[in-house]
Amino acid sequence: MQYLVSVIADESNSGTASEMAAIDVFNAQAQADGHWVFAGGLADPATATVIDGRGAEPVFTDGPFIETKEFLAGFWVFEAPDLDVALKLAAAGSKACNRRVEVRPFL
Amino acid sequence: MTGDVHAAVVRAHRTEWARIVAGLTRRFGDLDVAEEAAAEAFATAVERWPADGVPPSPGAWLTTTANRKAIDRIRRELKRDDKQREARMMYDDDPPEPVGAIDDERLRLIFTCCHPALAMESRVALTLRMVGGLTMPEIARAFLVQEAAMGQRITRAKAKIKAARIPYRVPSVDDLPRRVSGVLAVLYLVFNEGYLASGEDTDPVRQELTAEAIRLTRLIRGLLPDDGEVAGLLALMLLTEARRAARVSAGQLVTLAEQDRGAWDAELIAEGHRVVRERLSSGVAPGRYQILAAINAVHTSAPDVRDTDWGQIVALYDQLVRIDSSPIVALNRAVAVAELDGPEVALAAVDRLGDRLDRYHAYHATRAELLRRLGRSAPARDAYDRAISLAGNTAETAYLTRRRDQLRP
Repeated sequence: MQYLVSVIADESNSGTASEMAAIDVFNAQAQADGHWVFAGGLADPATATVIDGRGAEPVFTDGPFIETKEFLAGFWVFEAPDLDVALKLAAAGSKACNRRVEVRPFL
Repeated sequence: MTGDVHAAVVRAHRTEWARIVAGLTRRFGDLDVAEEAAAEAFATAVERWPADGVPPSPGAWLTTTANRKAIDRIRRELKRDDKQREARMMYDDDPPEPVGAIDDERLRLIFTCCHPALAMESRVALTLRMVGGLTMPEIARAFLVQEAAMGQRITRAKAKIKAARIPYRVPSVDDLPRRVSGVLAVLYLVFNEGYLASGEDTDPVRQELTAEAIRLTRLIRGLLPDDGEVAGLLALMLLTEARRAARVSAGQLVTLAEQDRGAWDAELIAEGHRVVRERLSSGVAPGRYQILAAINAVHTSAPDVRDTDWGQIVALYDQLVRIDSSPIVALNRAVAVAELDGPEVALAAVDRLGDRLDRYHAYHATRAELLRRLGRSAPARDAYDRAISLAGNTAETAYLTRRRDQLRP
């Protein structure tokens, strides 16, 4: 079973060197324990483009699809047998990156 | 349905519901399947037992029937390419996998229903439904919400358990202490719903709920013998349960002051006192349940209500207020203050809680009693009326009605 752990932030590119180092340690552990699937940081929401390709011609709009104070700054995808394991990983990930995170199962 | 058969179904529901739901959940890994199959099995019993007679072992009959209903249901829902899964499921009569220190299906069910990823209201609702076997209207009444909202809450919680794969197990030793506080909160609410049952057609006391809450708390105490709050909750339940027989007379609630103390269960009181003393001698600062247990120990130590050490009770409430600033604690403290400092002081304290407790029957009942003692009949009558309209327990309603009708015009 896979879980998406989203990192919630309200400031862009605010990660410090020590946070980055803690994330590296956490990632290495998740890989060693076989939970790691994929992870990545995301650029600022201002860099987003919304595309509507449903019509004859695609329409491109500058900016994210929804304006909020908080946004998705990055994510992990973990393999875990159940929510308890996913919550443990998410708690350690939250500590490492020093941000709140959200856990959601994949369908 | 004849009286005997009806009684047998009711008894089986009380004793077997949680065990059957828990067993089905383990086997089929799905709360919805478990709950519906269990409900169908009881419905079948209602249909068949009057004609066929009550089976010699109702629990075994219900378990077999529920298992069959679950298999039927899953079979209907399975797609054709799931034949293999079906075959596996049909022949899975293996004994349950070992679960470590405790092998109690109901405890697993409780920890699943009380998972911290669920909102507190959902945990309580789900525990009452799945473990307590209460119906949706009963749960909705107990927590003053609309039935549809309660149904939705339970449905959402079950969907989350399934989709997010909340495990069906007692948490590991590392997680246990943190997870147990949520379970205690739920068990206390279940106990209270049994002790002061809601609903017009419900017995005022539902011993199956208080007994189940005590049984499960004992199990958790066996698991965590050094946890003060587990011990505190057990003592609190025992000392409360000890007064059950004296609490209702001829369908009316009998207040603590008026109870026949000879009818209290001496054995439960002795056990409760023993646990409280054990906690006191531990020297560790007590939590909420331990303080509540201590308050009940003071009450049950007095051979007559006049011997009650109200000073100590108020002091314990002061201690409780420091860790739990809820208005309900403040209301209970005011009841003790009335005995120590008089009804006028208590009424002033109670009136300050009006904004937050206006929908709570005990707030109005307490006000009514204090106003009565101050000789203010008209406002006392209004307060009784309001309390009666909000009270869900039949014995309490009867008691409040009598008290109101005794008021001089």
